[in-house]
Amino acid sequence: MAMAIRARVLLLFAVFFSFSYLTFSLYQDQVSLMDWHQQYIGKVKHAVFHTQKAGRKRVVVSTEENVIASLDLRHGEIFWRHVLGANDTIDEIDIAIGKYVITLSSGGNILRAWNLPDGQMVWESILPGSTASRSILSIPTNLRVGKDDLIFVYGSGNLYAFSSIDGEVLWKKDLASEGIDVQQLIHPHGSNTVYALGFIGSLHFGTFEINVKNGELLKHDKVAFSGGFCGDISFLKSDIAVALDSTRSVLVTIQFKEGEISFQQAHISDIVPDSSGVAAILPSKLTEMVAVKVKKSIIFIKLTNEGKFVVMEKVDHTAIVSASLSISESEQSVALIQRRDSKIQLTVKLVSDWSSNLIKETIEMDCQRGLAHKIFLNNYIRTDRSSGFRALIVMEDHSLILVQQGKIVWSREDGLASITDVTTSELPVEKDGVSVAKVEHSLFEWLKGHVLKLKGTLMLATPDDVAAIQRLRLQSSEKNKMTRDHNGFRKLIIVLTRAGKLFALHTGDGRIVWSVLLNSLRKSETCEAPNVLKLQQWQVPHHHAMDENPSIFVLGRCGPSIDAPGVYSIVDAYTGKELNSLGPFHSISQVIPLPYTDTKEQRLHLLIDAEWRAHLYPRSSEALAIFQRELGNTYWYSVEADNGILRGHAAKENCVLQVPDEYCFDTRDLWSIVFPSESEKIIGTATRKLNEVVHTQAKLLADQDVMYKYISKNLLFVVTVAPKAAGDIGSVTPDESWLVVYLVDTITGRILHRMTHYGSQGPVHVVFSENWVVYHYFNLRAHRYEMSVIEIYDQSRADNKDVLKLILGKHNLTSPISSYSRPEAVTKQQSYFFTHSVKTIATTSTAKGITSKQLLIGTVGDQVLALDKRFLDPRRTLNPTQAEKEEGIIPLTDSLPVIPQSYITHALKVEGLRGIVTVPAKLESTTLVFAHGVDLFFIRLAPSKTYDSLTEDFSYALLLLTIVALVVAIFVTWILSERKELQEKWR
Amino acid sequence: MEKGKAIMGSGRRWGVEFTDNSAAPSSRDIPDPPGFTRSSHDQDDSTANKQKKDSEANWKLKKAWEVAQAPFKNFLMMGFMMWMAGSTVHLFSIGITFSALWQPISALQGVSKVFEPYKDNKVELLGPKLVYIALNLVALGLGVWKLNTLGLLPTHASDWVSSLPPAQEVEYSGGGIPLF
Repeated sequence: MAMAIRARVLLLFAVFFSFSYLTFSLYQDQVSLMDWHQQYIGKVKHAVFHTQKAGRKRVVVSTEENVIASLDLRHGEIFWRHVLGANDTIDEIDIAIGKYVITLSSGGNILRAWNLPDGQMVWESILPGSTASRSILSIPTNLRVGKDDLIFVYGSGNLYAFSSIDGEVLWKKDLASEGIDVQQLIHPHGSNTVYALGFIGSLHFGTFEINVKNGELLKHDKVAFSGGFCGDISFLKSDIAVALDSTRSVLVTIQFKEGEISFQQAHISDIVPDSSGVAAILPSKLTEMVAVKVKKSIIFIKLTNEGKFVVMEKVDHTAIVSASLSISESEQSVALIQRRDSKIQLTVKLVSDWSSNLIKETIEMDCQRGLAHKIFLNNYIRTDRSSGFRALIVMEDHSLILVQQGKIVWSREDGLASITDVTTSELPVEKDGVSVAKVEHSLFEWLKGHVLKLKGTLMLATPDDVAAIQRLRLQSSEKNKMTRDHNGFRKLIIVLTRAGKLFALHTGDGRIVWSVLLNSLRKSETCEAPNVLKLQQWQVPHHHAMDENPSIFVLGRCGPSIDAPGVYSIVDAYTGKELNSLGPFHSISQVIPLPYTDTKEQRLHLLIDAEWRAHLYPRSSEALAIFQRELGNTYWYSVEADNGILRGHAAKENCVLQVPDEYCFDTRDLWSIVFPSESEKIIGTATRKLNEVVHTQAKLLADQDVMYKYISKNLLFVVTVAPKAAGDIGSVTPDESWLVVYLVDTITGRILHRMTHYGSQGPVHVVFSENWVVYHYFNLRAHRYEMSVIEIYDQSRADNKDVLKLILGKHNLTSPISSYSRPEAVTKQQSYFFTHSVKTIATTSTAKGITSKQLLIGTVGDQVLALDKRFLDPRRTLNPTQAEKEEGIIPLTDSLPVIPQSYITHALKVEGLRGIVTVPAKLESTTLVFAHGVDLFFIRLAPSKTYDSLTEDFSYALLLLTIVALVVAIFVTWILSERKELQEKWR
Repeated sequence: MEKGKAIMGSGRRWGVEFTDNSAAPSSRDIPDPPGFTRSSHDQDDSTANKQKKDSEANWKLKKAWEVAQAPFKNFLMMGFMMWMAGSTVHLFSIGITFSALWQPISALQGVSKVFEPYKDNKVELLGPKLVYIALNLVALGLGVWKLNTLGLLPTHASDWVSSLPPAQEVEYSGGGIPLF
């Protein structure tokens, strides 16, 4: 990798080599100088503690990001971690025979065992089957068949017994054919049978008794219950379960002793007076009791030995209940979390003695973490042999907290593993008035640092010094300041997570500057199932609005469907304060930032609702006036991927609504492109970034010729595939598969370019910048991935070649152009093979657009590869002429090179890579790259080297020393020459 | 060094000038020796002197013509160097080209100086001067031509549009696939 471990003597040569244009490599000691990397795991679903033995205490967790990780219980650090594929959802985890972590994933289709200390995979078993069913993992203790410990897995309608040593299937029993929907596997202690219990249809409850040795069905029984079942069930003991009937008002006790099933029923209203309405059984695994949620409260009901229900406690419905934890042979404990204003109260109770609390602690909790969502309880034996408890709490913002002895031992911000959108903000401008002492101190530090660096350069540094240099570089306070810098390297990266939390990360070291859980995006009575949509820059003050803070526009929706009402918040980017919020209001299907701002530098936004009405924000008369003025030139388009239709729209007059709304506009259809549904299906679109800066419209060729780029923000790149080929790669033959790409002008609906790739298939990853599009797809005929480039040139400007006219400025190259003038476009295209499959593609962006571009390719190995755009130049030929070579055209090869040094993530991985965001720095040569997935990675890149500044490790001291030495030399020689002349004269 | 020389120059206390061409007796402090009449000697030599002056003028003219034609040789050499330098931009070719431009320009600036030694009432220097200027102009032209072949003259459209910003668009359009 980029760890160019070279001898110091070779350093000088190496510097020269690194100037060659292809490589972006860095030295080992430069790692984390310009980049940072953070590891997360996501929202925890299951946790299994492993604290029995002495040694490192750990907790194994599985998360919603399909991560399985082992965390240090002392500090919350990750011991090891595995990110499973995007479709490999983890259903269950457990620990078997004290040394393996067993995971059941992909809907009960894959069973894996991981070595507990180091996370190596021990074995993996694929369970074929496609029947959708619950997946249950059951690891009975002390069940040995021969030398093997058994693992029972129910998945895809089959019951399997696995050997825990090597993952071999010992036997398999098809239960789906019996029509049972298995809810639980129960293995009574010491017996040779396992019971599969579940509902058969909605009326019957069935038990299957199976021999653990060979999977032989010993006995099965089913009994109908006239009231029917709704599906909620809780198993209290090994022979008693409590279910809810189909009306959700009757608790049914199911006893299944010795294979005999019997029912008893009790109305909830009888058990709990003054509670009516539908009930639900909480899914927490409790023993000897059941937690029922009725309306706005949770009721804990215990089943006495006589079979009677007794209400133990009634708590608010926001309380969170842990699974029961057995602390001794007969004692079971349960943890409860309740909210008390800004604090949370953790209570641990014994099931047998509910009235007394083992622990009752109130913990101060950051209100930005929201409510608790999950709790996992674990106990330990204190030195005085009493048992203490620790609780792992998953909060609303997906953070993970370990609480012990009433204190937060550690917390992890795992919400950052599920970033949905990213934007950036500038930092505040530095204020005057820095104290002298600080300057002196920093001057001394500065000198000391440079002396150290000089030592390093002159190879005089001791190992201690080298370490000190490295430390100095890492913690150079310069890069972590909270103010704007001259080069624009310091910024805030503002990220929105799936939990509806907004984080501001500092680009210097990735620390969280502020975080806010947005109230508008939290679950409330008005907004039942909020989900986040988008993040936009709302106000970017510069020039006359400098004294205002920049702000961010956050959009969300109350529900999963497109016509669910929307919500928005405006958040101050410096402090994270919610300035304004609104909602729920109309639905949001599109957000269109307009290229206009008002006098306060607030950007105008159009929100398109599900009925294709446009709503203008901000709601001010000034914004309205601006919009009214530009109404004739504002268009929007919609892509209906399911119907295969592209439509162009324009805003009309105000909407006709019951309540008149002057900020709402009706729209009319202008054009539509209908793709034939039998041959084409839209699988992707791409446009240029709105804020992209292009330096010039001309492309100069080697022979002094000019080509004019077709630069338009209103170009849409659309990819369609044959409907048959919409599935996975290899699901169709090359003859049935094709890929069609279009370039569409979204103002007029004109198709500028159309191109068919026969025998190719998606998924397609696209990046669109300036006048070129690069896309990645699979070529079925060649059995390889391909990347294609399309460059678009404006033919109607090509005649502007009269030098005299250009000198005199008599040309129309800079006059505004309209799409209705139908500029004639020509395209150039070329395709190359590419080795990797790709997760995402982005391109570097710089402040002025002068610096040459690099493609940033998120590879399947979760790394980011920087590929020079020049490799994707459609003018590449096999034998470029001398002039073309001078222009920088690389001889054509059939495949694109993957140079190991050009991985910008060097030795690191951005697990679960989802997106790459590039932001220009103020320094033209430099661009800031932020890659996010489960991990976060940030780096500062200079695609054409830092031609406009000295490198950070440039030795100013050496330069200073050289200058001083030169000046001294001048004086000495002058004095010497004077003296010599005098002697000459005396001769 | 300049300073040292000056000091050394003024360091001489006295000197003897043996050559004295001045004809005016008044300019001399020392009287002529007896029997020596300067005027008669002058008159004796006058015809020879005249002849000598004529030949000197001829010689000057000849020399002036030689000087006037000198750039031609220079010119040939420069052409050869340019051919050697090739048409790509690098240090050598730029150096050659700039010297090819600089030499004629400096030569043109110093036309009168070049012909100063041959200045004479009887010598017609206009012809040589014109030839000299013309040849230098040709050399300059050669230099400019070289500059152009190197692509350093803004004679192409590309030189004038290379930094032209993209044209503004009248319309604006946004949208895409519905958000999920």
